[in-house]
Amino acid sequence: MSDVVEKTLTALPSLLSLDSQPGAGKLSVTSKLGSLIRGITELTSKHEEEKLIKKELAAIKEHVSSPNTTLRQMKEIMVRAIYCEMLGFEASFCYIHAIKLAQQGSMFEKRVGYLAVSLFLREGHDLLLLLVNTVLKDLQSTNLIEVCMALTVVSQIFPKDMIPAVLPLVEDKLTHSKEIIRRKAVLALYKFYLMAPNQVQHIHDKFRRALCDKDPGVMTASLHIYLQMIKESPENYKELAGSFVVILKQVVSGKLPADFSYHSVPAPWLQMQLLRILALLGKEDQRTSEIMYEVLDESLRRAEINHNITYAILYECVKTVYTIHPKSELLEKAAKCIGKFVLSPKINLKYLGLKALTYVVQQDPNLALQHQMTIIECLDHPDPIIKRETLELLYRITNAQNVTVIVEKMLDFLRHSRDEYTVIGLVGKVAELAEKYAPDNSWFVQTMNAVFSLGGDAMQPDITNNFLRLLAEGFDNAEEDRQLRLLAVDSYLSLLGGEAASLPQPFLQIISWVLGEYSYLKVGQDPTDVLARLGALLERHDITTETRCWVLAAMGKLCTTDGALRRAREVAHQYSACLDTALRQQAMELELLGQDAPLRHRVLPHDASCEDLEVDSSLSFLDGFVSEALALGAAPYKPPHQRQEELSQHKALNFEPYGPSLPASLSACSLTDRQSPTAMSLSSGISGNSTEQMQKASSNTLKLDGVKKVWGKEGYLPQKEATEEAPPPVASSAPTPSCQQGGAEHTQLAVSSAGEEEQEKRQLAATLFVGLGSQNSLCLMGKPDAAPKRIWRRQRPDQEALDGGSRPPVSSVDDTLDGLFDDAVPDSALLYSLDGPSVPQSCLDGGGEAAGGSLDAGMEPALALSPGDAPGSLLPPALLALPRSDMEALCSDGTLSVCACKVYQRDALLLALFLSNACDLPLEELSCDVTSEEAKVTDGYTTAASISLLAGRGVAVVLHHLVMELPSSQAVVAVRVSYRPGAGAPTQQAVSLSLSLADFIRPLPVSTEEYGRLWLSFSNDVKQNLRLLADSEDPLAATLAALKDKLRLHIVDIIGAEGIVACQLVPGQPCLLHCHAHGGTLTAWLRSPLPTLPDCLLYHCQKAIEES
Amino acid sequence: MIKAILIFNNHGKPRLTRFYQYFAEDMQQQIIRETFHLVSKRDDNVCNFLEGGSLIGGSDYKLIYRHYATLYFVFCVDSSESELGILDLIQVFVETLDKCFENVCELDLIFHVDKVHYILQEVVMGGMVLETNMNEIVAQVEVQSRMEKSEGGLSAAPARAVSAVKNMNLPEIPRNINIGDINIKVPSLSPF
Repeated sequence: MSDVVEKTLTALPSLLSLDSQPGAGKLSVTSKLGSLIRGITELTSKHEEEKLIKKELAAIKEHVSSPNTTLRQMKEIMVRAIYCEMLGFEASFCYIHAIKLAQQGSMFEKRVGYLAVSLFLREGHDLLLLLVNTVLKDLQSTNLIEVCMALTVVSQIFPKDMIPAVLPLVEDKLTHSKEIIRRKAVLALYKFYLMAPNQVQHIHDKFRRALCDKDPGVMTASLHIYLQMIKESPENYKELAGSFVVILKQVVSGKLPADFSYHSVPAPWLQMQLLRILALLGKEDQRTSEIMYEVLDESLRRAEINHNITYAILYECVKTVYTIHPKSELLEKAAKCIGKFVLSPKINLKYLGLKALTYVVQQDPNLALQHQMTIIECLDHPDPIIKRETLELLYRITNAQNVTVIVEKMLDFLRHSRDEYTVIGLVGKVAELAEKYAPDNSWFVQTMNAVFSLGGDAMQPDITNNFLRLLAEGFDNAEEDRQLRLLAVDSYLSLLGGEAASLPQPFLQIISWVLGEYSYLKVGQDPTDVLARLGALLERHDITTETRCWVLAAMGKLCTTDGALRRAREVAHQYSACLDTALRQQAMELELLGQDAPLRHRVLPHDASCEDLEVDSSLSFLDGFVSEALALGAAPYKPPHQRQEELSQHKALNFEPYGPSLPASLSACSLTDRQSPTAMSLSSGISGNSTEQMQKASSNTLKLDGVKKVWGKEGYLPQKEATEEAPPPVASSAPTPSCQQGGAEHTQLAVSSAGEEEQEKRQLAATLFVGLGSQNSLCLMGKPDAAPKRIWRRQRPDQEALDGGSRPPVSSVDDTLDGLFDDAVPDSALLYSLDGPSVPQSCLDGGGEAAGGSLDAGMEPALALSPGDAPGSLLPPALLALPRSDMEALCSDGTLSVCACKVYQRDALLLALFLSNACDLPLEELSCDVTSEEAKVTDGYTTAASISLLAGRGVAVVLHHLVMELPSSQAVVAVRVSYRPGAGAPTQQAVSLSLSLADFIRPLPVSTEEYGRLWLSFSNDVKQNLRLLADSEDPLAATLAALKDKLRLHIVDIIGAEGIVACQLVPGQPCLLHCHAHGGTLTAWLRSPLPTLPDCLLYHCQKAIEES
Repeated sequence: MIKAILIFNNHGKPRLTRFYQYFAEDMQQQIIRETFHLVSKRDDNVCNFLEGGSLIGGSDYKLIYRHYATLYFVFCVDSSESELGILDLIQVFVETLDKCFENVCELDLIFHVDKVHYILQEVVMGGMVLETNMNEIVAQVEVQSRMEKSEGGLSAAPARAVSAVKNMNLPEIPRNINIGDINIKVPSLSPF
């Protein structure tokens, strides 16, 4: 290649010179670009290239700063600078000239200028401020191209705090006569929406107009916005589902002009976008889903032409069908489509087929069974990407029966994989599967050994933490625990004995800890020997200081014999002069503990790693030391916020908002009423930070995988019956001899020419897919995992840490009610009855022995309520005094209906779920599960409240405490209720409920002085103008009162035209609001220690004012 | 959303890079290098999708690429984009380049990196797909270049020069980007 370029380039200058009579100056620059490129291609080393480009940049620098350089030459120079930047060499001295070019140049130079600016400057670069005026001018230009350029640059690099400056002009462009301008304006607004949703809140109706635009291109662009908004809150846009269906119908049936076709498929990208929107709208919503069945069917039918792009549409279509409320005919068709993908010889389609299978397999494991042979083939595919996708699929279908085979396959892949990123992800999955489904202890230890040795140094730390926790806490069975620990000790001792392979650091740390803690379990093991092996580790040069610390800590536990003590002392001595403080401290401790045996027994008792330690958090044992120091004249300790306050007072910086007077020049450039320029400059540094957070948050919501699904009673049951008639191939190909004889005909029918290799694959398939077919009925009801015999991972670790010891089961109704209002008890899934002591009796009567049988093992008492009570009155009396929302019916399937009510407690949002049994028969195995990504449901382990039995016509109440730790403008709560009606099969209902940030806001009662102190200590702020409620005597007071009503804020004080308001986000994150009324607007300035809280709250303030 | 568009040749030399999400300068170079490393070791008979790797957003991001003669076109997108849709978008982009440059080759991308950027701006704006109809894209670009011609004949000179080079017809040069795809035949596009 390079010689081709070289030849061409040698020819180039002569050609150029032939052509160059009129513009020699410019062409010499062009040929400079030519010679630059030629020079670079000739070079062989990176170093030479660097030298050459440095020289080039120096030349450019000289050129740009010369006053004689014309704008036209500048344009060529910019292209060269772009080239250098692309190669990774910074040309920052050009940035200002790029802006100048965009400002001053004629249209063409301007175009290069804008391009250079958008390539050079990142969002929020300081120099962008210089561009605002140019962009404003160009947005108002009559030249379409200039407007287009301005819109493009705005959508590419404008930061959040500059949006208000251009927003009105961009808004105007929505009504521009040219379609292309409208389209670009819509996309620019979409970008604004992504960055700062509350700033474009007022133009939602304009979005709707864009959706109804007569030009399909503008409509297509507006779908970006709708997709995003619907993703955030689907329930607000349900009524649009009909319109989207109509649009899709028209597109599918070819109503669009031929211009929009691509390979004779009408507007494929538009179709995909619409399908994605429909999936979001129809998810967990039967009524909305019903509207779209017809058009989905049509799409599946139409997309038959064999072209890439139709497959793209099909893929989206299948995903939508599986996401919305299920309809069996559609599901059958979609399943066939997936088959087409999976069986396709085209590798791209196969990849997508596997992805689709992964997506649907939890709902429909039969599909995986149908394609088991293809999946087996994909396991040996030469393309690692396909292999990895297959493993991902297998990961989803793992159960207790096939776990060994699947984990073996994964470890195989890991052994051959070089890519660190893949390894980290997969290692986590193997560890998870091993913990969940391990068939026995020795397998578990072996597998975890493999995980740790393959995982390398970059393994996620929680894998090792979980493993150690599991080992330390053990199970209910002491003998099992002992065996597991012993196995681990044995295998580690032999690993250390071998010492051939250098193990990763985290593994060495685990080994040291386990040996230190549990090697005493091995009878006849001399601690001196263990200590010697650990000591050998220290000799090696490739272990890190951190690992050395672990080894020393382990030694401290081992020096129980004289020999061990001696060795430990040597080590301690060796490291007691070490430069690393952590290591030195360990060495000192080791030395002391070695000398003092009673102390060692007290500090490091056997098998007590899980016992609670009492920590004196007030550090009272230091009191003597402190008073002594104070007596000697030391300065008293000041907490950080006090220090900061004093510092700021000292510097006398003005943190108060400025008045409304704007510099005339700035207000002239359409900075309008939305945000004052002072706020712009003040908040620019911080808001960059919060944008990032917002983007992170939004990227979280993009995940489509692992979507939970509702499966109605009629859901997929017909399909299930069909498969029962034709038994799944697993049974026939199972490798047991009796089966092979009995089902010989079957096997022969399936593969007449099955060679030995084929046989092997079948055997593998049989082991891989075991346990999938047999429990179809269970799986279809949404419980894909057959409960393993023993649950390995008993509790989520982080929460375990929270409760410390085991929580006492709530024993009586009174206790429960007390606990509910006791701040200290975070017990959130509570069940209680209203009728006091009489109810347990009735429960026993109704449930009879079944109730008695299931009420064992420390379950919380489940009590049913007498029928006929209005749900509202079912809340305990103490809760009735608190403000609460109206009762909201969530879902009902004829047997069980679920209603919810929000109770606004002082320190949490209490979500009360009323489960009422509509039948006369009792419901068994009732359980209720509440989860949320945005909010934290405080509860022990899962949020399941096991109510064993709900009597006929009875009502049970389940309470969950919710707090929001990271602010987001709304929180979606998934509620899953499962039960078994009488003798029937278990059934599940799932519904999601969306809570607004306002539900988590509580007043923060502070005094004006406290407010002042807090204000200075918070760093994240946002400022914006809001509308003032005009129709009253005192608009400020009226507006604040409205906010107080809607959002439960605390008005601290109102002084003249200014008001200060305080609130907190449960669990106790304050947010302060400083309001200043002038003219018809209210300038609100919010501050909080959380970066996104002001933004989210402002959004809700705005909404509250709009509504009142 | 599209996070980045990278074009580099078989040796990993970048020919066009456009990031729609901010990455520091050295990070950008690292991404280009790593992407090249990932993509170049893949045969032509494996799938066109890759996961982003640790540098560029983890498993949420996908790399979707096509290989034409001497050039790799790589789009880095998040999970909200359709893989096959992007694959065809790359095809549209390349076909558009082919039309605008009349048999596009790597040289065109080197000497007219600015023009390629302008074409790209009409296809993707701020990370969102703006236009997928080739004729529409070409029309927009042509409106702009007409202005260019009316503004001064000089700036057209380098284009002429390069096309003159192209017309020298050196037989051993694999000049044209081969747009032949499993399904797409360029000639069949004319009915638009």
